[in-house]
Amino acid sequence: MSRNLIIGACLTVLFTGLAALSFLWTPYDIEVLDIPNRLLTPGGAHLLGTDHFGRDILSMVMMGARTSIAVALVAVGIGMGLGMPLGLWAAARRGSLLDDVIMRGNDLVFAFPSLVIAILITAVFGPSAVNAIIAIGIFNIPVFARLTRGAALPLWERDFILAARVSGKGAARISAEHILPNIANLMIVQGTIQFSLGILAEAALSYIGLGAQPPTASWGRMLADAQTLVSIAPHVALIPGFAILLTVLGLNLLGDGLRDWLDPRIRVVRT
Amino acid sequence: MNPDLRGLNCRPGSVNTIINKQGAIMHHFKRFAASTAVVLCASGALAQDSITVAIQLEPPNLDPTSGAAQAIDSVLYANVFEGLTRFDADGAIIRGLAQSWDISEDGLTYTFNLAAGVTFHDGTTMDAEDVKFSLDRARAEDSTNAQKALFADIADVTVIGPLVVQVTLSKPNGMFLFNMAWGDAVIVAPESIDTIATNPVGTGPFAFANWVQGDRLELARNDSYWGAAPALETATFRFISDPTAAFAAMMAEDVDVFVGFPAPENLPQFAADPRFQVLNGNTEGETILAMNNQREPFDNPLVRRAVTHAIDRQAIIDGAMFGQGTPIGTHFAPHNPDYVDLLANSQFDPELSRSLLAEAGLPDGFTTTLKLPPPSYARRGGEIIASQLRAVGIETEITNLEWAQWIEEVFTNKDFGLSIVSHTEPMDINIYANPDYYFQYDNADFRAVLEDLNATTDPAGRSALLAQAQTIISEDYVNGYLFQLGVATVARAEITGLWVNQPTAAVDLTGVSWGS
Amino acid sequence: MIRFTLGRLVSLTASLIVASIVIFAVVEVIPGDPAAFMLGVNARPDTIAALRAEMGLDEPLIARYAAWVGGMVQGDFGMSWTYKTPVATLIADRIWVSLPLAIYALALSTLVAFPAGIYAASRRGGAGDTAIMGATQLGVAIPNFWFAMILVLVFAINLRWFSAGGFPGWADPWAAIKALTLPAIALALPQAAILARVMRSSLLDMLGEDFMRTARAKGLTHRQALWRHALRNALIPVLTIIGLQFSFLLAGAIIIEQVFFLPGLGRLIFQAISARDLIVVESVVMLLVFTVIMVNFIVDLTYAAVDPRLRARA
Repeated sequence: MSRNLIIGACLTVLFTGLAALSFLWTPYDIEVLDIPNRLLTPGGAHLLGTDHFGRDILSMVMMGARTSIAVALVAVGIGMGLGMPLGLWAAARRGSLLDDVIMRGNDLVFAFPSLVIAILITAVFGPSAVNAIIAIGIFNIPVFARLTRGAALPLWERDFILAARVSGKGAARISAEHILPNIANLMIVQGTIQFSLGILAEAALSYIGLGAQPPTASWGRMLADAQTLVSIAPHVALIPGFAILLTVLGLNLLGDGLRDWLDPRIRVVRT
Repeated sequence: MNPDLRGLNCRPGSVNTIINKQGAIMHHFKRFAASTAVVLCASGALAQDSITVAIQLEPPNLDPTSGAAQAIDSVLYANVFEGLTRFDADGAIIRGLAQSWDISEDGLTYTFNLAAGVTFHDGTTMDAEDVKFSLDRARAEDSTNAQKALFADIADVTVIGPLVVQVTLSKPNGMFLFNMAWGDAVIVAPESIDTIATNPVGTGPFAFANWVQGDRLELARNDSYWGAAPALETATFRFISDPTAAFAAMMAEDVDVFVGFPAPENLPQFAADPRFQVLNGNTEGETILAMNNQREPFDNPLVRRAVTHAIDRQAIIDGAMFGQGTPIGTHFAPHNPDYVDLLANSQFDPELSRSLLAEAGLPDGFTTTLKLPPPSYARRGGEIIASQLRAVGIETEITNLEWAQWIEEVFTNKDFGLSIVSHTEPMDINIYANPDYYFQYDNADFRAVLEDLNATTDPAGRSALLAQAQTIISEDYVNGYLFQLGVATVARAEITGLWVNQPTAAVDLTGVSWGS
Repeated sequence: MIRFTLGRLVSLTASLIVASIVIFAVVEVIPGDPAAFMLGVNARPDTIAALRAEMGLDEPLIARYAAWVGGMVQGDFGMSWTYKTPVATLIADRIWVSLPLAIYALALSTLVAFPAGIYAASRRGGAGDTAIMGATQLGVAIPNFWFAMILVLVFAINLRWFSAGGFPGWADPWAAIKALTLPAIALALPQAAILARVMRSSLLDMLGEDFMRTARAKGLTHRQALWRHALRNALIPVLTIIGLQFSFLLAGAIIIEQVFFLPGLGRLIFQAISARDLIVVESVVMLLVFTVIMVNFIVDLTYAAVDPRLRARA
């Protein structure tokens, strides 16, 4: 087990743990505003201080972890859930019109500037966590589709697949029973990377106001609110930024560590 | 009463008192600034004649007579364009291109005598024909003037002589001179009207020089101006909407003045810095928590009253506006002499709120939507109000909207429960007489009072009717009346002549200079 | 090669057509009447209707789509409703900010990433390698708008070495470059981190290849083999990433442009969406998509010309 894996796992567990804990308990209720006690520095009753509405920052970070992780997780889920079957299908029908159409579709989605489309989507459907998930999820699909197809293609030439085909199994069954388990490691590693990208994307969308709406807490929105206060009360701007940094760092290290552990030959796609 | 007529008779007293109360800090620094200016002048420092002013929003185009963007007026009003009358720094109506006027006995005919020797920036003369052209264009069938209602009572515009123009109204309107001071009523010329959106040609002391869209707009002194020459030679407008960028630009001295500084939390820093002065003024913006009077449960006056008692105005002013703003108890500007203090009708009292809800048959509260437009008074104020309402059992579902969506969903389609917005037109209590206006308040008694008001011209009578109007909408709890929006201007300490208040959207540079 | 090129051209055209339909459809569905927005809340219904007619908003969809596409093909991107100027002019103005910014950020990121990646690859497993890899991990994890916030706080507000933002125009090239510096650094950081990692891993791959052993067998030192053989081959995936990053930088700098109030393409789109200036949104997004598709097309052709193995769709 490499150092990467250990550090990454620790950070990831820390923030996932905070997120999970937030369902049961947070030091303070973030829906209660306490304006006389706003902008307190860390220490004392508030471990990480309070924000411009008097809300406890530690509680906000915990609730924000919940939002970021939930959004990124579901978005990656969408990407994998729709992208993998597409990629497998394209690989099974390699060279055909279907394969071409799927690949062209991928290229097309890649050609769109993702942030602009995310802004358009939220302009059409309104800003919310759900629409942020959709916007991020859409751009995860071609990543997984391309990766799956790329990994599955060489496998179709292998002897054991040939044997399966000769024995009469259909392409779908072959994909599910034989191809999939062989690319699982790659999917896990890429999934971790996409998860970290999803957290950054959610932060960016919330920062410009297009993610989860109040009173749901979000790290990106905490940063946006803190911007004008950075010279008066820097902790309000630094703490959410570090939360994002550490979570993404943890996930990236975890991904690298997993790759080293599972199969060092895996080549990840980082867009 | 008629604030415009009062203004013509010069009543600066009461308005200045309010400013002075809010401007106590400003006084201190004005003295400091004055002494600094004296030192600078004495030491032979160069008197600067150029200025960089930042405002939040960029005008989309440069035609103040079509399109509603206030930013157009902010840049061009009084600087590039002038109207028959105009607002001065305290909101009083003073002469503009019309040097004097006669009003007929029946109040239907206004004869304006125009200033002589006035030319547009392209050299053409300004005369009565141009006034007729401007007014006819604004009130035409296909006009795209955003404030067409201002011209609705005009029946006819006649040119009597080269400098005399007569306007005939279809019915008496005590607000006519006031209306003609708005930015939408400025005088334009047919020779330059086709390119007005990109090359505005007016009669003002500054001419349009250059516009780098997205970055800056430049004005240059008009040396053939008919009136008193301004002290400044050039003026550059910059457009900075981001509060952090605004703070950084000001601190780094990239801009000299910021009118409508977007981040009230930074004002104490500027006030404490000897390089700067902070001017806290008022605006005509009544900030309200609008309730959809035709939607359940807000059709029940008890529920509306319960909502107003759940709100702590001071917490909103402190939390969202960092202390900038004056509480209001009705839809009227507190700095206006005819304001009636009705705050007692809607004091912060959560207990009373809960009992009223129970009496209305909603002991467990209810859930509703709170749709918020972009400004921070709405976004931040909204979060605070949501928390206050939650404390009495009213759950709100917050949706942050862009202006275009807000206009569509809340304003046009009336698809909302609660919303927060600031109504910035002066003297706009008449919106409560329109049952189709987005909060859908329908009261025939109120309409009758306003009809009387329109027909009344004597100040005492108008005063009494306005007081009546304010009381009706306060006791009917039509909306939650929150506070009067303030405006903060941050400027380099040596600058003088800036407007403190915003009686209309304007950055009037005619009297602005650096020191002495 | 001809067949390959023709095949690519066909799919390019198909992509462009599908993209234009998708963009038009999405933009048309956006709620919010542009005319009502422009005239504000006091406007009367007849005024709004007059403006709608003037803007052509009530024409049938197909007609408007055809007019738009037809215009674009001839270079006419339409007329902006809010600015009342041709969209082409707006794009031309803004591109003089976005393009230099993208190039500047790319240059910075390459300047930092190449030496870092090569050094890390040549010292694989050593302290230098670990340090650089650690730094890239941080660089990838920092949200670039937060980094921008910190840059402004330190360099603009406290040290006053740079202005807080804005763009003075190209009349004074030195001032213009200075204004783009902090934004370019904020943009370049994560890109440099990614590029350094790609450079390193690509180089490491090459170092393990057979031809390297052959080169060493011929008597070249490790360093000579690295420079003469490995680097050239390693550059291929690196250049692909640079190409991808370029198109991202052009449009994806919206947030950075907002923080530094730069009049670029990204902010133009953002403002146009808020103001419901649909023509600007449609045309600029289409332009960006077109750029990306074209860049990909050219890159594909170049590689296929250089390496025939790539002509079969891999």
